Amino acid sequence: MNRILLMGNPNVGKSAIFSRLTGAKVAISNYPGTTVEFTQGYMKIGKERPLVIDVPGTYTLEPISKAEEVACQMLKEGDVIINIVDATNLERNLYLTLQLLERNIAVIVALNMWDDTRHQGIHIDVRRLEECLGVPVVPTCGLTGEGIKELVSRLPEAKRSKLKVSSDSERWKKIGKIIEEVQRLTHRHHTLLERIEDLSVKPLSGLPLALGIIYCVFWVIRFIGESLIGYIFEPLFKKLWLPLMIKLSTFLGEGTFLHNIVVGNLIEGKIDFGQSFGLLTTGLFVPLAMVLPYIFSFYLILGLLEDFGYLPRLAVLVDNLMHRLGLHGYAIVPFILGLGCNVPGALATRLLEERREKFIAATLMAIAVPCMAQIAMIIGLVGERGGKYVMVVFLTLFILLIIKGLILNKILKGQSPEILLEIPPYRLPQPKAVAKKLWMRLSSFLREALPLVLLGILFVNILYALKIIDFFAHIFSPVLTGLWGLPKEAISALIVGFLRKDVAVGMLAPLNLTTKQLIVGSTILTVYFPCVATFVVLIRELGVKDMLKSFFIMISVALLTGTILNLIL
Amino acid sequence: MKVSLTQMQSGECGIVVEIQGGFGFIRKVQSMGIRPGKKIVKVGSHFWRGPQIVEIDNLQVAIGFGMAKRVLVEVER
Repeated sequence: MNRILLMGNPNVGKSAIFSRLTGAKVAISNYPGTTVEFTQGYMKIGKERPLVIDVPGTYTLEPISKAEEVACQMLKEGDVIINIVDATNLERNLYLTLQLLERNIAVIVALNMWDDTRHQGIHIDVRRLEECLGVPVVPTCGLTGEGIKELVSRLPEAKRSKLKVSSDSERWKKIGKIIEEVQRLTHRHHTLLERIEDLSVKPLSGLPLALGIIYCVFWVIRFIGESLIGYIFEPLFKKLWLPLMIKLSTFLGEGTFLHNIVVGNLIEGKIDFGQSFGLLTTGLFVPLAMVLPYIFSFYLILGLLEDFGYLPRLAVLVDNLMHRLGLHGYAIVPFILGLGCNVPGALATRLLEERREKFIAATLMAIAVPCMAQIAMIIGLVGERGGKYVMVVFLTLFILLIIKGLILNKILKGQSPEILLEIPPYRLPQPKAVAKKLWMRLSSFLREALPLVLLGILFVNILYALKIIDFFAHIFSPVLTGLWGLPKEAISALIVGFLRKDVAVGMLAPLNLTTKQLIVGSTILTVYFPCVATFVVLIRELGVKDMLKSFFIMISVALLTGTILNLIL
Repeated sequence: MKVSLTQMQSGECGIVVEIQGGFGFIRKVQSMGIRPGKKIVKVGSHFWRGPQIVEIDNLQVAIGFGMAKRVLVEVER
């Protein structure tokens, strides 16, 4: 037993069980398609340390989307399959189970979400089910950890079933028989959560509810972000870090090369965390005191919404609008994840079935969805001039998204596929699970973004010192000054934008821009190119050819948008 | 009376009798639990030929208008 695969329908709790088995940290949410790539970790059974692989969810072994394809390819590499089944939806889930049993591979079934069956009035005769399937069946609850021990101890009992391959209708017939024998339903009353469920998908109540929720979400994210910055992070930097930096500055001596790189330029004789652009001043202040608080508050709220199960409902509500853009409602997931960071957003396009759809979603996201790091900087910088200017930036991006979607939908051959999506029940988020997911996302930001921020600042300082920036500024000044009305020094922001968008927006700070220039600058920085991390993922997901097309669109949109904004503002 | 999913009223209940379409389409819809012989309840629908929300077994499913038109349901009227 070297490789154990966790397989099952989407949103049955594979990742929850995976993290129970291996102790590895993985994202768990309440919507189908949380896992689009396989994750792996090791578990311990006595002296053995088998590899456990968390496979993306799939309904059948005939894949429809890329995520499902990944699942089916993995199948060949497993020695044992733990088939995770949603006990509250036994009938539908058994289809994949039968398909797995028909393959010549050892299977054990975990009846997950066992705790939910009790209050949903579902009674399942586990023993009988075991006899029907011919493989071990263990009731589990991934979130609380119930039944996991038994699952592990019975793993060696997993066996090959001698089920012969049958047709679709034969399979369903078999399932019908099994269900008749093992499952009994008793009547029950609708709970409060279920009433809210109905309200939030019906258009008349759902749309106002969605607008309300989105408004509140923005308000809360901003409130938490601003409070953290204003009461904790800024004072920390000003009171504790600044004195140290001042000492360092005098020690190194203003104007020396080392001073310029480590402390940066002095603004009117003083260190300015926003404008000095030294590694230890702006390089730490931007990611830690300006961006991190927003990342924290965004992922906290997103985590709650994900675990509650709101995302699929939002997808249904926006389905109509998304069809005009050549997508279907579920394409809202890459957009929402993209608001946190474009990299997971780009990965989430795997949920979409067709190449055309993936292309549109990825291009729209890369152009019009700023990541939270960039949003935080825009709020910090443009917000100083007044909240309404921040709105102008976001409104422009939103209009861009719509117009570009409309155009792409018109010119690209093909149709947008229709939505077919299961809507999971609302579940109350578990504080522990939410905290764990938040921590995972924060630590990945610190691990992956912080070094890039520092690298970006180091890079730009060196380019300045070598006068390379001046050279580029000279070449691109017709575009920058002529079309966009920006000073030609803004080229440094565009260059750094390839590495990190937050630093890029920050680079606009020392340029003494007018409000209009600031708006044009921050909009262009969102639109013109995705950061390098997103770019790499997009090449992988779309292929070089489609990425080139996408890149061409980005550049033209940036040129056009900047010019128009420059003219009308 | 045989009607399509789109013609059902909100709150109405029926039995799925037929899914019209190719092999792949039928399998896709069936994997969501929508298949002949199953009891189905329409929860609601969205404007402008938007998605239809149905409940089957214990689960709500959103299904696009064009797909829903091809799912036929026997209802009592």
